[in-house]
Amino acid sequence: MDEKPSVLVIGGGVAGIQVSTDLANRGLQVYLVEKLTSIGGRMAQFDKTYPTLDCSICILAPKMIDCFRHPNIKVLSYSEVKKVSGKAGDFTVEVLRKPRYVDEARCTGCGQCAEKCPKKIPNEWEFSMADRKAIYMPFPQAVPRLMTIDPQNCLYLTKGICRVCEKFCQAKAIDFSQKPETVKIRVASIVLATGFDMLNPSKITEYGYGKYKNVITSLEFERLICASGPTGGHLVRPSDHAKPKRVAFILCVGSRDVKEGMMYCSNVCCLYSAKDAILVKEHEPDVDVVIFYTDLRAYSKGSREFIDRAISDYGIKYVRGRPGEVREDPDIKSLTIWYEDTLSRKVEKLQADLVVLSTACVPSSDAQELAKTLGLELDEYGFFRVADPLYAPLDTTVPGVYACGFCTGPKDISDSVAQASGVAAKAAEVVVAASKGSKTAGMKGG
Amino acid sequence: MGEVTGEEKPRIGVFVCHCGTNIGGIVKVPEVVEYAKTLPDVVFADQNLYTCSEEGLAAIKLAVKEHNLNRVVVASCSPRTHEPLFRAACESVGVNKYLFDLVNIRDHCSWVHMREPGKATEKAKDLVRMAVARARYLEAQQETKVSITKSAVVIGGGVAGMTTAVSLADQGFDVTLVEKEAELGGLLNHLHLLYPGMKSASETLAPIKRMVEEHSRIKVMTSTTLKSVKGFVGNFDVALQSDGEESQLKVGTIIVATGAAVLQPKGLYGYGELRGVITQLELEEMLRSGKLRKPKSVVMILCAGSRIPERPYCSRVCCMNAIKNALVIKEKYPDSNVYILYRDIQAYGRNYEEYYRQAREEGVTFVMFLKEKLPEVSPEGREIKVSVYDPLLGEQLDLKADLVVLSTPFVQRETGKELSQTLRVPLSPDGFFMEAHAKLRPVDFATEGIFLCGTARGPADVPESVGQAFGAAARAAIPMALGQVMAEAVTPMVDVDICVGCGLCERLCPYGAIKVEKTPKGKKASVAEAACKGCGVCGGSCPNQAITMRHFTNKQILAQVEAAFAR
Repeated sequence: MDEKPSVLVIGGGVAGIQVSTDLANRGLQVYLVEKLTSIGGRMAQFDKTYPTLDCSICILAPKMIDCFRHPNIKVLSYSEVKKVSGKAGDFTVEVLRKPRYVDEARCTGCGQCAEKCPKKIPNEWEFSMADRKAIYMPFPQAVPRLMTIDPQNCLYLTKGICRVCEKFCQAKAIDFSQKPETVKIRVASIVLATGFDMLNPSKITEYGYGKYKNVITSLEFERLICASGPTGGHLVRPSDHAKPKRVAFILCVGSRDVKEGMMYCSNVCCLYSAKDAILVKEHEPDVDVVIFYTDLRAYSKGSREFIDRAISDYGIKYVRGRPGEVREDPDIKSLTIWYEDTLSRKVEKLQADLVVLSTACVPSSDAQELAKTLGLELDEYGFFRVADPLYAPLDTTVPGVYACGFCTGPKDISDSVAQASGVAAKAAEVVVAASKGSKTAGMKGG
Repeated sequence: MGEVTGEEKPRIGVFVCHCGTNIGGIVKVPEVVEYAKTLPDVVFADQNLYTCSEEGLAAIKLAVKEHNLNRVVVASCSPRTHEPLFRAACESVGVNKYLFDLVNIRDHCSWVHMREPGKATEKAKDLVRMAVARARYLEAQQETKVSITKSAVVIGGGVAGMTTAVSLADQGFDVTLVEKEAELGGLLNHLHLLYPGMKSASETLAPIKRMVEEHSRIKVMTSTTLKSVKGFVGNFDVALQSDGEESQLKVGTIIVATGAAVLQPKGLYGYGELRGVITQLELEEMLRSGKLRKPKSVVMILCAGSRIPERPYCSRVCCMNAIKNALVIKEKYPDSNVYILYRDIQAYGRNYEEYYRQAREEGVTFVMFLKEKLPEVSPEGREIKVSVYDPLLGEQLDLKADLVVLSTPFVQRETGKELSQTLRVPLSPDGFFMEAHAKLRPVDFATEGIFLCGTARGPADVPESVGQAFGAAARAAIPMALGQVMAEAVTPMVDVDICVGCGLCERLCPYGAIKVEKTPKGKKASVAEAACKGCGVCGGSCPNQAITMRHFTNKQILAQVEAAFAR
């Protein structure tokens, strides 16, 4: 496609965006492959970020746009890496571009089509707390700003009827004839920044997720408290849309858990739940907030001070203990949490109207397939294995392929971004070496 | 259409953002738009759901073309995050970016006055009126290109500094690595084994040291400190001092990797008074040299000097470091009792919980303590007694120990504080160097061309320091690879007819960018524009008002002030 030294970045979250812009800003060509229809990743889904309480999308959106508009970056959204061959310095990559059934060059993202589309389905971006149409944009700040037709739900693509979107699109952008397309790219190095997924806590049956409406996950909470979320940022419990009197957060759900979940600590839950608790208090000062924790892990810069503030300035209550069970009162849909306070060694119960589970952050669902495609090793949990966790935390088990952020294990935004810039250096080293013909070109005596 | 320079009659466009409901949920945006339309020289005003979205930016560009706008005011959020974006949109349609102004009605109106929507709306109108008043007098400014010297100085020869140096050198840049001690290696020279992986610190360091020493692009200067720095991104003049000899260096970028000290806990838990009370670092030395004799009982106390009002931060690495050393002792002397007294075990992320679990399985006893009931250390015969209340058992425990090991936190060195003055870069409240943005710019300083990594930035373990070190290398490589950057356009203009050459501006300038020089008209201030950061101290302090800041002229500011009181 291009003769300029190039790098492939897989994953368009904050880490992938950082690697891409760092490389592009120094003059290298970058191909950024994102499996979803928009770049932005998890951070685009959060309401605020700790420990500064910055609005997440507000600090991310400018970076998303800079990345997309950069003359040296080609964003391949709604695309997947299917085949990789070659070696460090010269990889050939096949990327599958899925059909949007919308002409990228024509669509203005005005959303007229979505307004008219008759097919409503639960919006996965909002965890089904709101609906979307079969033609949609995942969130208002999506980049690229393009509509996409969901082929599983489009009436025309499933039943051969409708085509309403086509009628109303003034830009004439609807194109049902689109087919999957494979593009070939040659790159000197490859960067993985594929992020994470959240464990589905329904298999941890004692907390009743999936059974009790007012037990939600922390990611669902992010959408619930977010001004652009399904309730416009009004804190309500899902069962009856009433304002809760008490919200309880349960940490380590599936983390540090040898029985049903992951043995490791997910790293970010202590802090984001303190942030979530503060958000509850800022939205509704009279709501009572209780956090059940195992150990309070607040080690990153400014974060211990943040927790101290949550307690002293906002009156958040911390209880040390993992609840044994959550039970619903079927009439009022409120929940009773049974727990042992391990500091007072008493078994007690607490009533709450909304229970938020901080579930384990787990390897991304496509990590396994990507590992196969690239010939990479995974660790015992399914994260990409790094060459040496001590001194080579950015190298994977394949030379010329690097990884940053959450895809090699839990990390917060700051560490992910630092690592992302780090792999930019690694990828650039390969390009420099490839252009000289040998990696040791700069060494004395070889 | 040709480039808009601002000399034409003002035609101002105002764009008011809803920011979803962030602003629109409180401030009555349509009312602000209607109000803006009534202001002098405003020929167009509209609202956007998200002005920063592709759609919003397209709306600005379209309006500029359709209404011949030559000034643009956006009322939305913070210029820190969004000004570059809107400026770029203006420039793409030929409006000089200095003919743009941003009003922050999110932070200043909808957020701080969320319980008073009426007043928030009125304030938004006031702010828009002020910005429009200033916009009428805005002028186009030109930024100049500054060429970049393609070499770097890395300050600090520990694992972070060495890693940065090798990466920059491998990317084709010349690097001078400055280390104040006689030997490279930093803190790792004093450690035994490292986690994760339990590899010896000296074996880990050896290949990195070799790469540094053998690389043709790296010059190592040990026993050397930084004396002064002048200049600006791409053109720093660095004075170094080694063994009384001074040398000069011209570099494009500076990387701070000076590490941190480990607190000496004088007077804490009997340290310095009781035999057998040592620091974790002293234990490392004993393990490294093989001088640790079999202890009967070791009690490690965590958070010794951290998470207290004086030092509220968590030092991040101490829990894992204590667990690592406990495992080392247990492996060597399985019969020895090892206790770890902790507040919260920070075994975060991959690998670390596993070590914590392993330590418990191998018989290390973990005892929690509360900040209200700190452990007490006292002599008992030839041994030491550590009394601690374990809240999980609800019991007071008296532990006998022949060795008490204190895990003390990383702290900034005095030399680090001096360096922050020399480089004119800030420190965080915890004393460590402060990055430009905690999340999005973790290895940059706000000052262009200066970067940071490792424990200089705050507590970090080896893999974290290494990740940051490569990160700093990538960030520093950007201007050097490009070979040029754009310099600040908001610089002072000196009216030499009014300037009396008093020199106040020279004394106050934090960047050394303004100097009083002899001219045919007498002593006059002159500006090195590329070094200027546009802070405006000179303009504000000039007793004769001989200095005007570009983009912040008296006319512009007074118009804004008058508009503030005009209602």
